[in-house]
Amino acid sequence: MSVELLNFIETVLNGLMSGIMYSLVALGFVLIFKASGVFNFAQGVFALFAALTLVGFQTGQVPFSHLINELFGTKLHHWYPEIHSFLAIIFTIITMIVLAWIIERLVLKHLVNQEPIILFMATIGLAFVLEGIGDLMWGSDVKVLDVGIPSGGSEWLENATIGLAAEGSEYYGMYIDVLNVWATVIAVILVTALALFSQYTKTGRALRAVADDHQAALSVGISLRTIWVFVWAMSGFIAMVAGIMWGTESGVQFSLSLIALKALPVLILGGFTSIPGAIIGGLLIGVGEKLAEIYIGGLFDIGAIENWFAYFMALVFLLFRPQGLFGEKIIERV
Amino acid sequence: MDDISIKNNKKHSKNKKNTDLLIVNNIEVVYNHVILVLKGVSLNVRKGGITTLLGGNGAGKTTTLKSISNLLASERGEVTKGSISFENIDVHALDPSQLVKLGVIQVMEGRHCFEHLTVEENLLTGAYTRKNNKEVKYDLERVYNYFPRLKDRRTSQAGYTSGGEQQMVAIGRALMANPRMILLDEPSMGLAPQLVKQIFEIVSQINKQEGVTILLAEQNTNMALQYAEYAYILENGRVVMEGSAKSMRDNEDVKEFYLGISGKGRQSYRDFKQYRRRKRWL
Repeated sequence: MSVELLNFIETVLNGLMSGIMYSLVALGFVLIFKASGVFNFAQGVFALFAALTLVGFQTGQVPFSHLINELFGTKLHHWYPEIHSFLAIIFTIITMIVLAWIIERLVLKHLVNQEPIILFMATIGLAFVLEGIGDLMWGSDVKVLDVGIPSGGSEWLENATIGLAAEGSEYYGMYIDVLNVWATVIAVILVTALALFSQYTKTGRALRAVADDHQAALSVGISLRTIWVFVWAMSGFIAMVAGIMWGTESGVQFSLSLIALKALPVLILGGFTSIPGAIIGGLLIGVGEKLAEIYIGGLFDIGAIENWFAYFMALVFLLFRPQGLFGEKIIERV
Repeated sequence: MDDISIKNNKKHSKNKKNTDLLIVNNIEVVYNHVILVLKGVSLNVRKGGITTLLGGNGAGKTTTLKSISNLLASERGEVTKGSISFENIDVHALDPSQLVKLGVIQVMEGRHCFEHLTVEENLLTGAYTRKNNKEVKYDLERVYNYFPRLKDRRTSQAGYTSGGEQQMVAIGRALMANPRMILLDEPSMGLAPQLVKQIFEIVSQINKQEGVTILLAEQNTNMALQYAEYAYILENGRVVMEGSAKSMRDNEDVKEFYLGISGKGRQSYRDFKQYRRRKRWL
């Protein structure tokens, strides 16, 4: 094989892997959008909040310690030295469920049957409030998140591919981050579980029913409020997974909440209502970005195409296929 | 107007109290805190029978049904006066899912199927509040017996079925909750006369065989009066007339205003308008 071909394969692989990371964020959006017709602007902050909480639990930080210390002159900072990450993840999941419940109580309950734009504005507000609370609770310093997922380049792949290039050429093997491989595995499990759940369980069916018609769902005795708490908790869980992955890669910092913006083009490509769409959309964006960076960028000798190429793709899609690749076609009969 | 009591609900309710499943007593409904829609509606629904609510557009039929099933809250409406009781339980404060568990379910106007779910999934959502899977399975077969056509289309997306089939899905879905009372809102809407007849036949069968009490809101007065045993006529948010279906069918005013038949042969429209004005109930 020629070096060019190998490089191409490596780029595509890396694109696919980073695309999965986008998909993880997009998934949370799709879930909430399907069940309540709300575009949850706070999804990125959800991921940040979950990651912060996870680190907090893991290292035994006292929540609101800065505030408490400031008010009462105490010197609190840690409960306990450190706990196992698995335990910390369980606690974080519980926190996300409680958060979902609180959001339903304080926000959603009062906005039943309101215009989507009003709900959207509410989630923007929620994003800022939650970001503030996260800051207050755990402090604003950049944190290292390590739940035991290996990261760094895969030596195995490097060694396996180094011999593929033609004799005598300068080729050092492919580089793939192991973290991304893990993200892929987790995303596949997550999506399979979600698909099975929504297809074959009673609650899953109720979720889809609510997505179709709120009033009719109410009329057959499906409690909207229970479903909403459920969905928000579930997307809180997905946000946590995304938060873990992104946090492990680049540290838990407040810019993490901006990954929501990366998910937007994914959603436009894949369609707001489709779980497979979120995955495929993420992959396309990931691959598109990387290829554009290397080949288009290389051609015209410009850099950082990666940063805006996703939005460009989204724009093209909006022009020609506004419902996205897998978005639900609107069924209308008279 | 011998056997028809106008605005005389009290007397009627005294006579029938023991057999009434649902009693709506003088309710007033306000939307958005300002729009008064029902101005004191009272009804009694006899257990095991078909009672119908008649009236034109905007008379308050749907609102009455929704205030019983408590779907008003999600439309920013509320019952501000009066009481609603189902089997002597005050259902005013219950939310729809509690009502469904109690046995009251509404089939909404305009069918409201879950479009992206298959026909069978639609039916199964009706059993959401039930726990016993065996019974649910049995009931699914029972629904397919009433609507054989749904069995053929069980795997197709409900959004792509015909209007008649969707109405069947909506009624079947309500049956899956194993209800004691169905609030049926305009099942004839947008359907061909042949289908309307078919749907009404099945509803009446369900009523007889399953003993499900039915409160039917209809604009198709002729059909409703053929199948119901008791009828109320609503106008402008008030009950203006009530009586047995038979007496309603024979009543000159009902014939003239709702059935479009008059004993006096062809009349000039001018006379008719005069007559109508004279006979206003309100």
